[in-house]
Amino acid sequence: MSGFTPHTQAEITSMLEFLSLSSLDELYDSIPQALLLSRSLNLPEGRSEVEVIEEFEDLAARNSPVSKELLCFAGGGAYDHDLYAATKALGSRSEFVTAYTPYQPEVAQGVLQALFEYQTMVSRLSGLAITNASLYDGSSALVEAINLACARTKRSRVIISEGVNPSWREVAATFSSGPGHQLELAHLDSSGCTIWPANTSEVAAFVVAYPNFLGLIEEISAARQLASAAGALLIVAYDPIATSLLKSPGALGADVAVAEGQPLGIPLSFGGPYLGLFSTTLELVRYLPGRLVGETLDTRGNRAYVTTLRAREQDIRREKASSNVCTNQTLMAIWAAIQLSWLGTSGYREIGLKCLSGRAYLTDSLKRRGVGEVRLGRGSFREFPLTIEKSPSQVVEDMASRGFLAGVALEGRLAISNFDSSLLIAVTEKRTKSQIDSFVDALVEVLK
Amino acid sequence: MTPAIAPAGGKASSIPMMGGTPEPTIFDLSVAGRRCGTLRDTGIEIIDPASQLPPEYLRDAPLELAEVSERDLVGHYTRLTHRQFSVDLGFYPLGSCTMKYNPKLADQVAAIPGIANVHPLAPVSLIQGWLEICCTLEDYLTEITGMAAATLAPAAGAQGELTGLLIMEAYHRSKGNSKTKVLIPDSAHGTNPASVTLAGYRAVTVPSNSRGLVDVEALAGFVDEEVAGIMLTNPNTVGLFEAEIAEIAALIHSVDGLLYYDGATLNAIVGVARPGDMGFDIVHSNLHKTFATPHGGGGPGSGPVAVAAHLAKFLPGPYPVRTENGFDVAYPEASIGRVHSFFGNAVVYARALAFMKALGGDGLAMMSRLAVLNANYLKAKIAPYYPAAYETTCMHEFVVTVAKIKKDSGVRALDIAKALLDEGFHAPTVYFPLIVEEALMIEPTETESRQTLDAFAESLIEIAMRTEDSDAAASMHDAPSKTPASRVDEARAARHLVTSVDARN
Ligand SMILES: Cc1ncc(COP(=O)(O)O)c(C=O)c1O
Repeated sequence: MSGFTPHTQAEITSMLEFLSLSSLDELYDSIPQALLLSRSLNLPEGRSEVEVIEEFEDLAARNSPVSKELLCFAGGGAYDHDLYAATKALGSRSEFVTAYTPYQPEVAQGVLQALFEYQTMVSRLSGLAITNASLYDGSSALVEAINLACARTKRSRVIISEGVNPSWREVAATFSSGPGHQLELAHLDSSGCTIWPANTSEVAAFVVAYPNFLGLIEEISAARQLASAAGALLIVAYDPIATSLLKSPGALGADVAVAEGQPLGIPLSFGGPYLGLFSTTLELVRYLPGRLVGETLDTRGNRAYVTTLRAREQDIRREKASSNVCTNQTLMAIWAAIQLSWLGTSGYREIGLKCLSGRAYLTDSLKRRGVGEVRLGRGSFREFPLTIEKSPSQVVEDMASRGFLAGVALEGRLAISNFDSSLLIAVTEKRTKSQIDSFVDALVEVLK
Repeated sequence: MTPAIAPAGGKASSIPMMGGTPEPTIFDLSVAGRRCGTLRDTGIEIIDPASQLPPEYLRDAPLELAEVSERDLVGHYTRLTHRQFSVDLGFYPLGSCTMKYNPKLADQVAAIPGIANVHPLAPVSLIQGWLEICCTLEDYLTEITGMAAATLAPAAGAQGELTGLLIMEAYHRSKGNSKTKVLIPDSAHGTNPASVTLAGYRAVTVPSNSRGLVDVEALAGFVDEEVAGIMLTNPNTVGLFEAEIAEIAALIHSVDGLLYYDGATLNAIVGVARPGDMGFDIVHSNLHKTFATPHGGGGPGSGPVAVAAHLAKFLPGPYPVRTENGFDVAYPEASIGRVHSFFGNAVVYARALAFMKALGGDGLAMMSRLAVLNANYLKAKIAPYYPAAYETTCMHEFVVTVAKIKKDSGVRALDIAKALLDEGFHAPTVYFPLIVEEALMIEPTETESRQTLDAFAESLIEIAMRTEDSDAAASMHDAPSKTPASRVDEARAARHLVTSVDARN
């Protein structure tokens, strides 16, 4: 791809002459000869952009995207919601896409204000006053929440519900080894509710999901009481679509609320880039990881925005910083804010109602047809486990050949105790009555 | 007289409010009952939530969001973009960030449905194309860095650092080594020491010498059995190549320590020299820097970590692998565990790989050479007014000090940065690295033409000359004035903390 760099040969020559050099290689005279690569990189030759795009079209053809040919009933932390044209169009504007961290606020009011509005929206969803400008994904938000709780309480014992996404729990375990947090798993009972341990001394945080990984609502108040009694923080991992109908985590007493923001208008993208939502109380703001946008004035007295409380961050606190995050997921935060604004008060509520109604339509129909055991616990929003006799992963394969991504098999690393041989099924506002009917028909056949 | 009518509420949105005018928030534009569009008709009757969910958990009232028409929405965000500087708009020489142009072909690749709409938990038979993209990018990165194996999962450079340090820790644990500290030069980026602490080690700062390089003799004084490793960027953050890297590697390896390479500066040396050949054991690269994926206003990035062969078994899982029957997903035997909810910022990989394929091996090598040419050219052009912190040939970026200008005129690096904004340029990085007083860190990248470099140099020199006049110098504390906002009061933001519309009063 010549043209990526603008230099003509004559310009290269003139610039080298200006530097009193005779070749580009001389620019590297400070590198010892022995360390210079004495050959070309063993990589293919460059190609025109049209050829590269065609190559990727061929690669993409070996994936099965969710589509009318592969109707998506899978969730497990990544959901197939509708994405509106305005979200895509505005979120793709290159002023947002090709800027970086707003270090110079005078020329970054666009990103800063978009983030300020995002913080407002996510604070309303979470019911907590302070929201940062995004983290990498739901799991990294959980890691930061655990770090915050341990820093705040000066304790290291963390009780984490089995209802928290198993992959997030794995990530939390990975990043707990350095700071030396002790993560203890509290298993789920057969109704999908957490069995909290009796001994809660010296606990830094209780982590509960709302709804949980199985899509089921648990007693958040029980966890809140335990946390208060133990002097611990309550971390709630919530679903930012479920909060359209459900009370916010903050209203239920969460000290920190984290979520995967992908359902707010971010394409499935093979798992990333997604969006870590992170909110906490004003009281804990000095422990906040990541960037925070604040409102202020410029010298003309106009309202302006700027990243604030910067003294928490790694570039200033260095080895004493409680978080190392620098680059975050700002663009995805902007997408989420646009999508939420497109939906507005009524659209956001309607998405929740449609998810819930679609899920209820599916579970009613499965029950009526006697397909597996539908397990709704104390209530399910848009996702639920279906316990079946056949191998769930085999069922997923069989359903794929019939045009359905039938769900997520709760097997291997995604296994949940008391939910052996189960398929996790999700219904979004995208799924119509006739699609659900044909899904049930196909499932009846596959399970025969 | 016009007939009376009650105020409509909200603010007009179709009146152009270009760059310089503050934009109301989306909530200011809201009018109750307005909306952008309708949702799809699923054909399913809407049910009462109380019939399905525990009533005590149901919201009492709908959650309030902005209520705007799509026209208002588009107007609002479009006006916000007019208040935002970006690479597509102009020169963005932000040192250490590699703000090169992001070719549009990658946008088109990212939008292909078979790339954008794939569920990460789909069975492997349905994601063969994606796994091939991952494996191919790993191959490219290991070739470029001179390492044996790689994980793509870390979502940014900082997460790559922490992942790499946990690999370092796993290595020492597997060998029964008891290590407590990681060495870091005083020129290092803040994420390095922060990551060290989060990995459970103590960060020990090693001073640079008068040439801006790691002082190998001084370093020897820090090296003992407790050293787990060292984190370096090479070229380092002042833009200089650590020529004694082989000696440094020998010293660290002599106590069974490992060398970590912070790839933020890889753009200088692709196809020229490789971290693996310099003795590094663990290397992260920033796809959002070197490989031209857009920075997204602050992210997403991607920070793949490549390692030497003996560390491959510690890499995080899940891990795409080639098998006889196509691609599969595996966990390395002694994996440090998972670092991302799924596979990392996958679409960023597709973009980076598309860029690499477009340039090819030779194009990538030329990319680095021209990045270094541009930096040296600009450095030489401004040298009479902006002395480089260190005189030698720089790599893809350089650091100048305006300590003398400050002493003579009171104009600080920050004021010069703001004055540049008025000239239509983004400012360089300021006050980093910490070892240079009144630092401007300038990284032009290879995608800028000589004409742009000349114009930027002229502006910088003109600003320096202005500081010689005391009135003009005094007025620079008020810059910028031509930007969407004039100088922003950062102290006030921290004093009166307002981080959401609802916190205003
Ligand atoms: C030298 C250096 N190291 C590390 C980082 C951190 O990388 P990231 O922002 O991708 O997390 C940066 C980012 O600017 C950097 O410049």
